[in-house]
Amino acid sequence: MSSVNTTAHSVVEPTPTVKRIAGTIVILYALVTMIPLAWIFLTSIKSPPDSISYPPKVVFTPTLEGFCNLFTTRTRQTPDYIQSLPAPTSTCDEITRNRNMVIAGPSNYWPRFGNSLVIAFGSTFLAVSLGTFAAYGFSRFRVPLADDLLFFILSTRMMPPIAVAIPIYLMYRQFGLSDTALGMILLYTAVNVSLAVWLLKGFIDEIPREYEEAAMIDGYTRLQAFWKVVLPQATTGIAATAIFCLIFAWNEYAFAVLLTSGSAQTAPPFIPTIIGEGGQDWPAVAAGTTIFLVPILVFTIILRKQLLRGITFGAVRK
Amino acid sequence: MLAHATPTTIAVRVRGLSDRAIAWLFITPTIALLLAINIFPLIWAVYLSFTNFRANRPYAEVDGVGLRNYQRVLNDPDIWIAMQTTAHFVFWTILLQTVIGFALAYLIDRKFRGHAFWTTVILIPMMLSPAVVGNFWRFLYQPQIGLFNYIVSFFTGIPPSSFEMLGSVSLAPWAIIIVDTWMWTPYVMLICLAGLRSIPDYIYEAAEVDRASAWRQFWSITVPMALPFIMLAVLFRGIENFKMFDMVMLLTGGGPGSTTEVASITLKREAFESWLTGRSSAFAIILFVAVFGLANIYVKALNKVKQR
Repeated sequence: MSSVNTTAHSVVEPTPTVKRIAGTIVILYALVTMIPLAWIFLTSIKSPPDSISYPPKVVFTPTLEGFCNLFTTRTRQTPDYIQSLPAPTSTCDEITRNRNMVIAGPSNYWPRFGNSLVIAFGSTFLAVSLGTFAAYGFSRFRVPLADDLLFFILSTRMMPPIAVAIPIYLMYRQFGLSDTALGMILLYTAVNVSLAVWLLKGFIDEIPREYEEAAMIDGYTRLQAFWKVVLPQATTGIAATAIFCLIFAWNEYAFAVLLTSGSAQTAPPFIPTIIGEGGQDWPAVAAGTTIFLVPILVFTIILRKQLLRGITFGAVRK
Repeated sequence: MLAHATPTTIAVRVRGLSDRAIAWLFITPTIALLLAINIFPLIWAVYLSFTNFRANRPYAEVDGVGLRNYQRVLNDPDIWIAMQTTAHFVFWTILLQTVIGFALAYLIDRKFRGHAFWTTVILIPMMLSPAVVGNFWRFLYQPQIGLFNYIVSFFTGIPPSSFEMLGSVSLAPWAIIIVDTWMWTPYVMLICLAGLRSIPDYIYEAAEVDRASAWRQFWSITVPMALPFIMLAVLFRGIENFKMFDMVMLLTGGGPGSTTEVASITLKREAFESWLTGRSSAFAIILFVAVFGLANIYVKALNKVKQR
């Protein structure tokens, strides 16, 4: 590194060469990690023969066949039968006919995607609400055994999901909660609430107590002070926490595959089951994956600044 | 009157609920939910682990079998192999992710032009669903048509159909390690970056004045100061990878043979395919105690490093 220099900026500022080298390596790494994601997108707009050609095709005619296959179930028919049908009415119909198929009906993708939405948002809402109250309670009041309770809350995350799934499976069967959205919402809420309490406690600890005290001197009750003073101050923290809960519930697979089979199944266990003729229909799988990943991609980009606190579980704070 | 109103006396005087009542009102629902969905099942699992109950025969008579389930689990060579496989995964994924993650964080901390943007790009894989993306990696790993084999053969000249990442006993574990590293290196990187940013500039400035070499600064300042953060990342990744399930399930399902059968996969097979509920509960409890114990010991070590 350079010796002590006499310019205005700090002596620890890296030299332009160091910066350039660092930048090149990081950008190369980023580009390499993006290859699988780029490939998912490219595969989603390929035709089935293009998707499995070798060497892998980077230049090809894009088609919506993958998306069309994702949203419908199709049956193979003889060319004669297809000839006898009236002219295709939609693009998707046309694509399907070209492969000697007719559309037998809609696929299960949208209902599964819908389940993912309902369960992810439902559990996020519950986990963040419960977590906010509990975090405020732990932050502002002297709760007996607070440290033990907080550690207990955290330790519930150390259990492998499969291990808890056995008794939950039995319990849900008993109470009629298996394969219901409500059951999954409660389960994900329980898993997420520990994260929510820890994160939000960190955020609320940082809001000065004096704000509430001032509000209470003005005649607010404790509850009003919480509602009108603390909550608005904690909005950023609540939003960041919500994103993390949402990402977890959106991506979860182990509980979903063990506890749901049909009506409450979410997208992660469903996407790997998309099959075409002779194995997985990769363009359709890629299309389903692309649609599934888009919301999370958007969140990541919009909320990148809030990510750090959430990822480190608030534990990195001093 | 306001002059000597300390916060506590105000709290007592305000109308409405007392603070104590509010504290319990706010905390109880969370505790109740965790008791219902986490602790009650856990206690149930402990109970089941002492019985011969099978979930696919709910009406059969349940007998207590004492410690026999535990005895069987601990004496089962297959389960020890699964534990070994898990340890192997945890070791290699943590090693790779820590080295690459720290290196990336170190480079990003040089604050080159556009570093914020590229950091975001690098973060993307870890926000995605391991199951959904893992499923697609199975396509990338296809020996005849997959992009992974193509790229490897492009750079090394090894014919693409001569090696099967997911079908070969020696390569399958690495196939999973590669995907896990791809997904979770950003996580380690982010925590390391937080660590590097927490080191105040004046320490480096002092080192410059003392003419410490860049190498010396790295080993005497950067690494020790960032160590608590690195250890924290290792803790989080360790706990997560000990539980690793979705990615392995989608990529290999434990195969070929049982070369990639990690503890979670064995547990799933025993509990939901063989329906040995009692025995698998005993296994689950052993796993939980192991993670919990190891994590506790580790946290003690971490606290010692922090206090230095």
